[in-house]
Amino acid sequence: MNSYTAKITITLRSSILDVQGKTVEHALHSLHMPQLTNVRIGKYVEMHVQAPDSATALDVATTACRKLIANPVMEDFVIEIAAAEGQLA
Amino acid sequence: MKAAVVTFPGSNCDADARHACALAGIDVAAAWHKDGALPADTDLVILPGGFSYGDYLRTGAIARFSPIMADVVRFANNGGLVLGICNGFQILCESGLLPGALVRNSGLSFVCKDVYLRTESTSTPFTSTLEKGALLRIPIAHGEGRFVADANTIDELEAQGRVAFRYCNADGSVNVDANPNGSANNIAGIVNAGGNVLGMMPHPERYAEALLGCADGMNVFASLVQHYAAAAPTTLVSSQ
Repeated sequence: MNSYTAKITITLRSSILDVQGKTVEHALHSLHMPQLTNVRIGKYVEMHVQAPDSATALDVATTACRKLIANPVMEDFVIEIAAAEGQLA
Repeated sequence: MKAAVVTFPGSNCDADARHACALAGIDVAAAWHKDGALPADTDLVILPGGFSYGDYLRTGAIARFSPIMADVVRFANNGGLVLGICNGFQILCESGLLPGALVRNSGLSFVCKDVYLRTESTSTPFTSTLEKGALLRIPIAHGEGRFVADANTIDELEAQGRVAFRYCNADGSVNVDANPNGSANNIAGIVNAGGNVLGMMPHPERYAEALLGCADGMNVFASLVQHYAAAAPTTLVSSQ
């Protein structure tokens, strides 16, 4: 078994208006940064995964996202799998 | 009629829901989130408002995995009556008993005020005593009440008459001004395909008696009582 870190980014689906992102975008424009658009605000979740390989770790993290961590009705998620820092393989 | 009101850690409208049931003449039992099953002979389950599990992760996301929820899902799938109010509506969506999801209000603020609801469907057990178009004044109190679903789901809800209540103005008109949270089509409450599960963001239990300033919410509980009486096997003896 190896230890991996799953780094999960969750954002509202593009079809759902992200009102926080929109508000921050307006604030950025009022700070004279009109070149910043499509601001999206989401959540970041990190967890350790014990798995024989990174592909299995990704499968486990994906299942976790589908069942609990994200709600596919309103959210998209992206998972990055990395070797866990400070963990013995 | 026997109701079970489920208390989750963070529920704060469970006592109000039990009180409203009692006012309507419904026998009511308290159920605990760790219970493995609903009380025997339950006819109605109420998932009350509040902040179950501190709204961690997403509203209702953790509560839906509470031990009692497996029995609530079984009960609903067998046609049992389930009423989810506010956080209860959010839990019903997370558990898949109702379609769609409830996300952050479009104004970003927690909104706590009276709103008007227009009764859209009178064929549900929750609205059977109401006239189509009847207006109810009911309070809302939520930060995540914007109902969203994909376009097909919204179309289906509308086509099948499953929108129970819509946010409206005092004159009954439905427009963006009357929409407190940005919900699709001003939707305030929906039922499942079977009509036995209702989720609504407004709190009928908070306006269930004149003493509290308004009794419009009692209509939901009175409808349930009437529905139950009409559906129950009659014990009348024929006089022939």
